Amino acid sequence: MFRILKKTFDTGLVTIDYPDAPPRLSENFRGAPRFHLANWHDARPAAEACPTGALSIRDYGGIREVTMDYGLCIFCGECGAADQSGAVQMTREFELAVRDKANLVLTAQYDVSFDGTQQHLRQLHRGLQPVEQDTAALELKVHQAIHQTLGRSLAIREVDAGSCNGCEVEIVALNNPVYDLERLGIHFVASPRHADMLLVTGPVTRNMELALLKTYRATPEPKVVVAVGACGISGGIFGRNYATVGAVDQVVPVDVFIPGCPPRPHALLHGILLALGRIAEKQLPL
Amino acid sequence: MMDNRPRRLDEILSACGSALSRKLTSSAAEIYVDLPAANAPAASAYLRSAGCRHVAVFAEDRVAEDSHDYIYYVFEHPDDCRYLVLRAAIDLDDTAFPSMAAEVPALNWQEREIQDWFGLEALGHPNPRRVALHDNWPDVHPLRKDFSIDTVLPPFEGEQHVYRPTLGEGVFQIPVGPVHAGIIEPGHFSFAVAGEPILYLQLRMFYVHKGIEKRFEQLTADRAVFLAESVSGDSSFSHGTAFCQALERIGGVEVPEPAHRMRTILLELERIYNHVADIGAIVTDVGFVIANAHASRLREEILRINEELTGSRLLRSVVCPGGVRRPWDRDHVSNTLAALTPFEREFNELVDMIQSSDSTRDRLERTGILNPDQARDLGIIGVAGRASGHDRDVRRDHPYAAYDSLEIQVPVYQEGDVLRRMQVRIDEVRESLQLIRAAESGLASGPHRVSMPPLPADQYALGSVEGWRGEILYWVRTAANNRIARCRVKDPSLNNWPAVVEAVQGNIVPDFPVINKSFSLSYSGTDR
Repeated sequence: MFRILKKTFDTGLVTIDYPDAPPRLSENFRGAPRFHLANWHDARPAAEACPTGALSIRDYGGIREVTMDYGLCIFCGECGAADQSGAVQMTREFELAVRDKANLVLTAQYDVSFDGTQQHLRQLHRGLQPVEQDTAALELKVHQAIHQTLGRSLAIREVDAGSCNGCEVEIVALNNPVYDLERLGIHFVASPRHADMLLVTGPVTRNMELALLKTYRATPEPKVVVAVGACGISGGIFGRNYATVGAVDQVVPVDVFIPGCPPRPHALLHGILLALGRIAEKQLPL
Repeated sequence: MMDNRPRRLDEILSACGSALSRKLTSSAAEIYVDLPAANAPAASAYLRSAGCRHVAVFAEDRVAEDSHDYIYYVFEHPDDCRYLVLRAAIDLDDTAFPSMAAEVPALNWQEREIQDWFGLEALGHPNPRRVALHDNWPDVHPLRKDFSIDTVLPPFEGEQHVYRPTLGEGVFQIPVGPVHAGIIEPGHFSFAVAGEPILYLQLRMFYVHKGIEKRFEQLTADRAVFLAESVSGDSSFSHGTAFCQALERIGGVEVPEPAHRMRTILLELERIYNHVADIGAIVTDVGFVIANAHASRLREEILRINEELTGSRLLRSVVCPGGVRRPWDRDHVSNTLAALTPFEREFNELVDMIQSSDSTRDRLERTGILNPDQARDLGIIGVAGRASGHDRDVRRDHPYAAYDSLEIQVPVYQEGDVLRRMQVRIDEVRESLQLIRAAESGLASGPHRVSMPPLPADQYALGSVEGWRGEILYWVRTAANNRIARCRVKDPSLNNWPAVVEAVQGNIVPDFPVINKSFSLSYSGTDR
């Protein structure tokens, strides 16, 4: 007993300050790729290298549409390695969670020259909105009922709806002394009947479709649903096929989407707090 | 390097005369032999009597190419570093193959998978019910080439799985899952209990089946690496490496030695972070929560090392055909790995803390016993196999990466209880730390990869890795244009689930979580 206590004292405090202070991340951490869309002359090598089709191009009538869907991105860095022009940069950005899945999609339209390179940027969209100017953070939009009822204490039921278990590795980490979710009044519970939030991973397999729906129905109102990872948002590398539905929001309504493959614990924390209206949404880097 | 290793399979094959003489191909890593399907059970019995282990069975639809389906039987022998693969052709008008599950229970699920995926009947299978496709699915066979991956199946209205009834006075049933109480993957467990003791357990898996083997057939080899990394997220690097090894064999590519060493370091880091997490989880399930707090903190240390070395905590997007994706700086690697020294000290303190707790030992010892006979019959591998007397380790038996130049101690225990499964992990963490140091000491700064030539079409090869759970096996056939024609994925979990069923019998319900955790199997790896 004495040894156990001594070990505890010797170890000291290991819990991080995030979200109150920015996290200390490795210089090598591979976060979101950032695209210098205004000065991009050839998106083809990067799009060709993308394993999931998150970065894609479509040529029609002398116009090229370049689409980047962060909800499908697995952050592999292949686009950055393939693009020699410096227009693609791997950043350490991870606070990517959004309320509207459409906001994970950037679209740029270019005129294409005879040699297949892009000449000049015609239009830029973030989600469904043309982008005029950039703002760092969106205003704090809060669903009043959710914030009042759940804002300071939250019970989460995790539902694996077909994940590869990578997301589970990081979700489990939220409970360790380093991330210590409970310091924020948030904890995981064993039953959906005790839960305020469903944290759902995976492309939703056909075999988990009904179980997910029943879990959702068993969760009392008001409730929030957070879709985790590329699979939960878009089916990820598995996509939609005979065995998968292809996204959590095809089965239950989703309040927040957290990109990543898997999202690191900080990113999960960011998304969970965003769903509670405790922090503001950030806009995708342009 | 492998030339002086024993090659017992040659003797075994020549001793049986003409029956196994139709050798298709032979390489430093595998031997392929053709035989009529009807002879497969006799051949398997002969090979097993000669000391071979029946590793796997899987099928392939080649109707479009040469009007046949094929069944492949994979064997290994302790005194040969190659795999032996028997290939049996099934004629178009034939829709069945002989089952061996009654003699080799390890093949039970795999043969039923062939039934489900390909619509070929396992003749004489003692329990031929569906295993991979749930009972309420329509009558489809997804791995047939004429089944499109985009097929939209109607809402399932078929009959649900019927479990063996739970009968008798005072005997009742506890259904659990697919959504479990902890943060774990989905599966359904149906317990029959008499008071506290468990009479028997029935499993229903494949809840997270997401069409991975079919999905491989849509992808080019380069992109498919990312899919292999997503078969079981906690084994990303091991799965990716096994798949890349198969591609490298097909392409005839030699991975540079420094890349082999870097792969070895990362494979062992993956083993350490998972083993440490499991040790913590096992003791949590018997109430030693503070030990888990330290264990989960130590796991976090390894994940940080992973990220510092590769940019990814779970070692994703690191391995690639021909080596690893990014170069490294030797000094940076050794500075980063220096963190393993305080890690090792803390790990030893954690083990001391756990082993000095009598109440923990009391709960773990003689709990969830899988005896060596059961383990052998069921073909249990990896951590659980070694805790039950099964002395196999792919790193030593079929060396890959830098393992043929490293000395590997394989811990083996006979008792087969939760305590020994935990002890195997403790021993292996220590062994992994030695292996990382040995691999790092001779690590040059590069080259980190060689470029892969376009893969020849219609070639095939195995890739195998001792993941932290056990033997991971990939069998890949290439198609034209660098595509994949067939990829068979076998995670060790597929072998080991039946062990959980055996090990829980007679134990009390409250011990189920710790027994299950001591096997720590991947649902996604099983279901794919």
